[in-house]
Amino acid sequence: MNFKDNINLKISLIFGITFAVFIDLILSKLMANWSYSWLPVQASKAAPYVDNLFAFETGIGTFIFLGCSGVIGWVLLFNRAPKYDESYGEPIEGNIKLEIVWTLVPLFLVIAIAIYSTKVNTTLQNLGEKIKYDSQNELPIYLDQKQDSTDTLIDVIARQWNWEFKYPEGFSSSELHIPINKKVYFRLISKDVIHGFYIPAFRLKQDIIPGSIISYSLTPTREGTYRLRDSMFSGAYFSQNQTNVIVESNDSYQAWIKKTVKKVPVNGLNRAGLLYEKRLEKGDKGWATIPPSPPPIVNDPGDPDSPHDG
Amino acid sequence: MTITNYDERILKSNHPIPGAPNNWRRFFGFNTDAKVIGIQYIVTALVFLLLGGLLGMLIRGELITPPSDLFDPTVYNGLYTMHGTVMLFLFLFPILSGLTNLLVPPMIGAPDMAFPKLNALAFWLVPVFSIVLLTSFFVPGGPASSGWWSYPPVSIQNPLGHFLNGQMLWIVAIGLSGVSSIMGAINFVTTIIKMRAPGMGFFKMPIFIWTVLAAQILQLLGLPALTGGAVMLFFDLNFGTSFFNPETGGDPVLFQHFFWFYSHPAVYVMVLPVFGIFSELFPTYSRKPLFGYKFVAVASFGITILSLVVWVHHMFYTGTPMWMRNLFMFTTMLIAVPTGVKVFAWIATLWGGNLRLNTPMLFCLGGLFNFIFGGITGVMLATVPIDIHVGNTYFVVAHFHYIIFNTIAFGIFAGIYHWFPKFTGRMFYEGLGKIHFTLTFIGATLNWLPLHWAGLLGMPRRVASYDPEFAIWNVIASIGAFMLGVASIPFILNMVSSWSRGKKAPPNPWNAIGLEWLLPSPPPHENFEDDIPTVLNEPYNYGLNKPFVLDEEFYISKALNDS
Repeated sequence: MNFKDNINLKISLIFGITFAVFIDLILSKLMANWSYSWLPVQASKAAPYVDNLFAFETGIGTFIFLGCSGVIGWVLLFNRAPKYDESYGEPIEGNIKLEIVWTLVPLFLVIAIAIYSTKVNTTLQNLGEKIKYDSQNELPIYLDQKQDSTDTLIDVIARQWNWEFKYPEGFSSSELHIPINKKVYFRLISKDVIHGFYIPAFRLKQDIIPGSIISYSLTPTREGTYRLRDSMFSGAYFSQNQTNVIVESNDSYQAWIKKTVKKVPVNGLNRAGLLYEKRLEKGDKGWATIPPSPPPIVNDPGDPDSPHDG
Repeated sequence: MTITNYDERILKSNHPIPGAPNNWRRFFGFNTDAKVIGIQYIVTALVFLLLGGLLGMLIRGELITPPSDLFDPTVYNGLYTMHGTVMLFLFLFPILSGLTNLLVPPMIGAPDMAFPKLNALAFWLVPVFSIVLLTSFFVPGGPASSGWWSYPPVSIQNPLGHFLNGQMLWIVAIGLSGVSSIMGAINFVTTIIKMRAPGMGFFKMPIFIWTVLAAQILQLLGLPALTGGAVMLFFDLNFGTSFFNPETGGDPVLFQHFFWFYSHPAVYVMVLPVFGIFSELFPTYSRKPLFGYKFVAVASFGITILSLVVWVHHMFYTGTPMWMRNLFMFTTMLIAVPTGVKVFAWIATLWGGNLRLNTPMLFCLGGLFNFIFGGITGVMLATVPIDIHVGNTYFVVAHFHYIIFNTIAFGIFAGIYHWFPKFTGRMFYEGLGKIHFTLTFIGATLNWLPLHWAGLLGMPRRVASYDPEFAIWNVIASIGAFMLGVASIPFILNMVSSWSRGKKAPPNPWNAIGLEWLLPSPPPHENFEDDIPTVLNEPYNYGLNKPFVLDEEFYISKALNDS
């Protein structure tokens, strides 16, 4: 190979790589934009932060994935040995410069992602303090340091397998009603096993640990009905341990409180209990489970069949 | 140059033990030959792969429709718990122990493992704890049904109050599995450190040996934590102690630390040998040296060290303080760096090669492709805000199946096909192998790719029923799962028929470099016996004209004559 051919080869290689990187970048950007549609509606202050971070990582991930699988695809197309050809490929043993590049570039990338995520964590600050208490005794009166006495503080009580929400006005509900654009505080309490307080539309999840009270806060930003799902496996009727979260304007929230306070307490939402009764009627077949806890006595049992937005 | 001196007792011991049968019966008794034990492990594990797969298909059968209509939810919970436990402790760990047993002694030129009796004992614990675990299907109340994590307080609720219950048998089985793994780990580490062929310094060992060493050291460091946690859980469950029981002052989160301190590294115990298999096969079938051998070797220990300090990423939403979440997010993400070194090295090995796309190479390429994808979703899961949304959803299920099946099981299949001629003395049928690969790749992709979206939309894992909006992803996944079931048919056909009537295998059918390929197929009981080769160079010198051992020609013709 003469000098001129060598230069031509180098130029076409550089051009080829630049073109491939360019295409990869465009596709990664498109994928990052598309990734927003894979997630539920954004209904809390945290959601856009989480989604932006996810799109950012989808973009980087797509770039790496397409880059790597592009090379693999190229090799599969152009470097296949003809049948019975056992000759050697180019005997390249390694390249220190390349090794340094592909050690340092991922290192900088993960540092960048970690710094970005740490910033998001610092902004969100949903988790307050976690204090242990003796579950045989009464709940300690407990307010978060950052909390104002005028803020809404709702007790979230998780059981096998139902939810109960206790409001400061002295009533309780099977569905979680919260006002839009206002920071709401929670005390997360479990009466038996670990449950998970998970609202996908809010992009938020917090385990509820028996024997501890966990202070938690969030700000809903979109009116609608959303699913609250138990996310930590809690036994037989785990998948039934779901209810709705209703985000409404401050006016209708206040109206709901006024209305509900006056309501006569009834049995709350208790799908697990109904299924367990059916099981007993059919002769208690299946493997062993502890019986579901009785339904909570609530002022508003809610409407479990109403459609949800996410 | 390190010249290893053998313990004379090993070379002088009669092998196999006097009176041991030298026919198919040897696989059914207490045999101390590592090659017999290796096959015992692999065949036992493959039987449990079928059982675990059947349980998986039952799960997918329930989840093909939103309501819980095929089983009672208690049955569903038992099935998914047993699916995970069978796949991890009865399939993956034993099959990797099997491959390690087959490969380590011949690859380093040792006659056998350092402690042959301990080795046989470690294997025979597998049927023991398997029977203990499977018995739990038949005790009153059914098997363990709190997931393979067995988080208290759910796992210690014991609804019937019997002493003999499924959860208790589960803990006993896991404890025995841990004992078996520790026995294996002591054996593997000792063998690799003390019994290498003359001239085989650490930087002349095959990468598979490096990864086994890294993985087995991890076993020794991590298993005591799990075993300790399991013993405390056993006491809480059966004797009313309160290590983890909040009603009497225990802390359930403490168990999660014990559990994940081992169980996260456990993933690396499984994936590291598969990285070793990739590093052996890519050079062989690309006809090129492994790109950056030393970097790939050292990266294994980078992964080992980092994997000991990442366990809290399973606990980002349990009330872990912010500083701890940020710290463990960073350590977890750092694992991408040594792993990336390996991935880029494999891709660079392929580049400019002369690729032979037979079944083992296809499984390797498929595994690598899937691993890049699973690695990227792994970094996403390490990111605290994203994990808080997708943690404990189907996104996690999809991610870890991309690692544990689409990467690890693919690598295991690649290894089984690649070394099948060496240890059975027979060639496998390439056509059936390619059908197996095609069905497995399509089935696995259909099964786990769509579930990422179910998770992103908020479908929790471990549910027996779900909201109808998740149905589409679950239908596709179930079709993929059933396809994986079908994929086992060409594999079983291939293994059984090839072993019984396949074409006789030459000593080195793939023209591969490595001590095991200098032996006849199948190798004699003590591998090289008194003629242990002296290693001269790094392995993988394809096309470099640097002989791997002194007097290579002598060993090649000896192997041909002995076959």
